[in-house]
Amino acid sequence: MAVTATEIEQSTVAPARSGRRRRTPLRGWNWIGGTAAWLWLVVVIVPIYWIVITSFKTQSTYFVTNPLAPPAEPTLENYRLVLEADFATYFANSVIVAVGTVVPAVLLAFMAAFAIVRGGHSRFLRWVNGLFLMGLAIPLQAAVIPVYLIIIRMRLYDTLGAIILPSIAFALPLSVLVLSNFIRDVPKELFESMRMDGATTWMMLWRLAFPLTRPAVVTVAIYNMLQVWNGFLLPLVLTQSPEQRTLPLALWTFQGEYGVNVPAILASVVLTTLPIVILYAIGRRQLLSGLTAGIGK
Amino acid sequence: MSAIASGAPAGSARRAAAPHTRDRVLPLLALPALLFFVAFGVVPLIGVLVLSFTTWDGIGEITFSGLTSWREVLADPQLAHGLWVTFQVMALSWLVQTPASLLLGVFLAGHQRYRAVLAVIFFIPLLLSSAAIAVAYQALLDPNFGLGAGLGIDLLVQDWLGDPKLAMGVIVFIVSWQFIPFHALIYQGGVRQIPRSMYEAAQIDGAGRVRQFFSITLPQLKYTIITSSTLMVVGSVTFFDLIFVLTQGGPGDATRVLALDMYKRGFQANLMGPASVIAVIIVLIGLGLALLLRRIGGASNPAASQLDGA
Repeated sequence: MAVTATEIEQSTVAPARSGRRRRTPLRGWNWIGGTAAWLWLVVVIVPIYWIVITSFKTQSTYFVTNPLAPPAEPTLENYRLVLEADFATYFANSVIVAVGTVVPAVLLAFMAAFAIVRGGHSRFLRWVNGLFLMGLAIPLQAAVIPVYLIIIRMRLYDTLGAIILPSIAFALPLSVLVLSNFIRDVPKELFESMRMDGATTWMMLWRLAFPLTRPAVVTVAIYNMLQVWNGFLLPLVLTQSPEQRTLPLALWTFQGEYGVNVPAILASVVLTTLPIVILYAIGRRQLLSGLTAGIGK
Repeated sequence: MSAIASGAPAGSARRAAAPHTRDRVLPLLALPALLFFVAFGVVPLIGVLVLSFTTWDGIGEITFSGLTSWREVLADPQLAHGLWVTFQVMALSWLVQTPASLLLGVFLAGHQRYRAVLAVIFFIPLLLSSAAIAVAYQALLDPNFGLGAGLGIDLLVQDWLGDPKLAMGVIVFIVSWQFIPFHALIYQGGVRQIPRSMYEAAQIDGAGRVRQFFSITLPQLKYTIITSSTLMVVGSVTFFDLIFVLTQGGPGDATRVLALDMYKRGFQANLMGPASVIAVIIVLIGLGLALLLRRIGGASNPAASQLDGA
């Protein structure tokens, strides 16, 4: 019931607070939206809270205690169990796949986006741009069978490279779109004066466009990192041995093996999500503003 | 909004390029990305169409077999069932997500600090992998040891994933739990672009908040609604991870959506031909829906209604 208390408090505080701003508030407080927002907060928080506190409970106390009460004696036993189940290997695999995908994907996308923006007169580059725009509509799921065939023929099946190569390709369309939207905002005069000073295209790309659009590069990198880190279908289809498992796949197999040990399973959920939460905490502002700018204002 | 915006990038690109002489390096810069995308995006898309006319068990020889797979799939009642389940997931999750994200987006568009904090918290489910969410909800919804049983609330003690109707509801709920924040964020951006003067004028005319919402906010958000709906609807044709881990398509085949049907035919039953047919159908439905929504939106640029806009 703490919710209703804060709700009432906010409803009285909010107009006063916004009143101090330069923009005067429109008449009245948005009751319906406000109620929905605080309700949604509960819907979002309760499962997450439950996941985190349960991961610190022992299996025996899990069955008998109030599920929403924090553990009386928090234990790290579940985390030890998860780490002993080779999660360090899976974690390393996920890092290799994420970095191995995101770094080349962002660099290639940046070069392509730069070419598309700066060479808008070229028929070839306009065609490339159109191809990437259409690429936004290609769902990974529908392409996965031929991708599997290609990977087998390349003799890459059951390697991390098998996950990385198609992941790069499917990260490109959106990355090119967002990056080219940002490169367009770089004033043309800067390119002109750099050219006057004798700079080559290659130099303008890395010394001018790249530093000036760094926020967009970070946004695209974080977004792709999120996608690849959480990717499930490609590892599922393109690998098979435990040594090549990435974290989402490991979660699924771990659940199969430890089905009844709920606290341990939830500890594995927390552990696999932690790196991405940290990344979010660092790059949140850029991710949110960059995504809205890139996807749909 | 995106209709106006879509004209701008093309225009500015033309202006940017005009004063230059042809730069031979530029096409080369686009080449590596192009090669990657053609190899693992375009070729597979054509490849899946080709494979739909073959017989292949995933390991051995691929042999051409004409329309065999197509006849087999089109005659199989599983296809109609898969289409119906996919449509249900799509329609229900759209119906739940759109009003909720509109409501939240309008609210989050306010500039108060606590609303920004709310937006940050709302975004958290989007960070979790679908596999993690499915694994966690499976434990949470367990009729014997889950949250409902632990709290002793009878209403929450249901065989959530064992009852076909409930399982569908659970999937729609979890999808909404995961993606409403993302769409709320899109709407937040859209609302912030509506000229303030419109509301001030309405206020002078004596229109109340609800009236303002329906006469100004909603019509002004037309293109944002289409963008968000396109992402929702086209995305839901390809839902796989969550349903695969949560229900495996069950109970029975109650939640066997098309993408799951494709996986099961291809990688579990080793029938790559029929699986490719399903994949082609998925692509056609996705494209059809995107085009339909674009027509409704009246946007002229293919990408504009979907993703372009900055």
